Amino acid sequence: MKYACLIYDDEKLFDAMPKDEVDAILGEYFALSDELGQSGHLLGGEALMPVSSATVVRVRHGRTSTTDGPYVETKEQLGGFFLIEARDLDEAIRIAARIPSARFGSVEVRPVMEFER
Amino acid sequence: MSDLGDRSGDPVRDRLDAVYRLESRRVLATLIRLLGDFDLAEEALHDAFRAAIEQWPQQGIPEQPRAWLVSAGRFKAIDSLRRRSRFDASLTQIAERLYSDLGDGAALDEDVEDDRLRLIFTCCHPALSADAQVALTLREVCDLTTEEIARAFLIPAPTVAQRIVRAKSKIRQARIPYQVPSREELPQRIDNVLQVIYLVFNEGYVATSGESLTRHDLCCEATRLGRLLVELLPDPETLGLLALMLLHESRRPARATTGGDLVLLAEQDRSLWDRRLIAEGLALVQRIRASRRFGPYSLQASIAAVHAASASAAQTDWAQIVAIYELLLRADPSPVVELNRAAAVAMRDGPAAGLALVEALLARGELLQYPLAHSAHADLCRRLGRTEQARASYLRALELTQQAPQRRFIERRLGELEG
Repeated sequence: MKYACLIYDDEKLFDAMPKDEVDAILGEYFALSDELGQSGHLLGGEALMPVSSATVVRVRHGRTSTTDGPYVETKEQLGGFFLIEARDLDEAIRIAARIPSARFGSVEVRPVMEFER
Repeated sequence: MSDLGDRSGDPVRDRLDAVYRLESRRVLATLIRLLGDFDLAEEALHDAFRAAIEQWPQQGIPEQPRAWLVSAGRFKAIDSLRRRSRFDASLTQIAERLYSDLGDGAALDEDVEDDRLRLIFTCCHPALSADAQVALTLREVCDLTTEEIARAFLIPAPTVAQRIVRAKSKIRQARIPYQVPSREELPQRIDNVLQVIYLVFNEGYVATSGESLTRHDLCCEATRLGRLLVELLPDPETLGLLALMLLHESRRPARATTGGDLVLLAEQDRSLWDRRLIAEGLALVQRIRASRRFGPYSLQASIAAVHAASASAAQTDWAQIVAIYELLLRADPSPVVELNRAAAVAMRDGPAAGLALVEALLARGELLQYPLAHSAHADLCRRLGRTEQARASYLRALELTQQAPQRRFIERRLGELEG
């Protein structure tokens, strides 16, 4: 079963962090994605640019409006995601718990909906 | 479903009724494992008992009623899946898989005890909200109806129903596994199970106001679950929770007057305590002591055991109780435990010593909304002859207390202060 691990971080925390600490965390991220890739658990995933770069798009009554993302002000922002394959929720939780941001931010584990076509 | 028809003394019907009471939750637990779906399993359980009502009077009671019911439930589920698969082709495969698994009938009955444990752990999975865990456990493991759960927790029945439906759909959609957690995860996960059981027990125990059947039932259900867990997983904390519940429960007959007024531990008529439950509880505490491993529940059970073993309040070994509270503070620090420890210190060293601790605790501010902190403060002031302070604290406790018997108790104490 596929699960999306949505990674929420406090961007300000990273801004305030010394460079070598940020590098260490990035290193952990790379190591984890390599390992999960080799074990077949990792289907995909990306880190996202900061929310300050985000644009929100809505179409209402046929008109497209774009605004600056309102998520800058919230404490934690979506910073990236992993798409994983896991046997069940417990395995997904075990994997999510190893994502570095789980230690200072949070990781939301959501099963991926599968459609029959 | 618990009443399977009129009980006119028909031996088959009586037996069926007994089988339902004893086995229906085990059968359900196994069907959930086999079918992989709560709702499908409940429907299958229902169908299996309906088949038993029809067939047992003619064919006689099977040698292994539980295995018969599991097998009947499984066939009924396959039938129902096949019927439905006319509309949804994806179900055909599931039905075929279930059917082809049927080969070894012996496998049906193995792991049954594990199935019950699986059911408890699934219902108490930490990915479900705490409210949902309690509702689901009472519904699926204890077979309480939605209405009974609603009445016990004073919440509307539709809310309970919704929680259960949501929890079941989360189990299905997020694929919460139907299994006992691995050895590494067990300590973390067992805590949740123990907590749910204790919550169920407390809901039945603390609310002396209603004293309705359902609330007493909650205590029975909680101790029944405790016994089951001890049978399956006899580690010190599990033993401790069961001992704690049994020792608390042993005092039920002495805890309130016939008029429903609260009787404090010190004033209880100990001849009313249930000796059988005490003996069982004390034996468990012995087993824990032998293991030399203590956690929050086993320590609380040890305190309850000291009370249970004392002939009177005056003869209680308060020094030992204070010592155990100190261990408990290390294992599971909380201001409420500190408050209890202060009360025990007051019994050991006199009210002034206790009062100093309670006042320091209140000064920290964490317990300002906790009525028992104010009534403890009031009680110690009363014993020291500080009437004005006692009155003020009783009044504060009265403002915060929701329970009718608690309120009557405080009002009585206030009346005595006037006299």
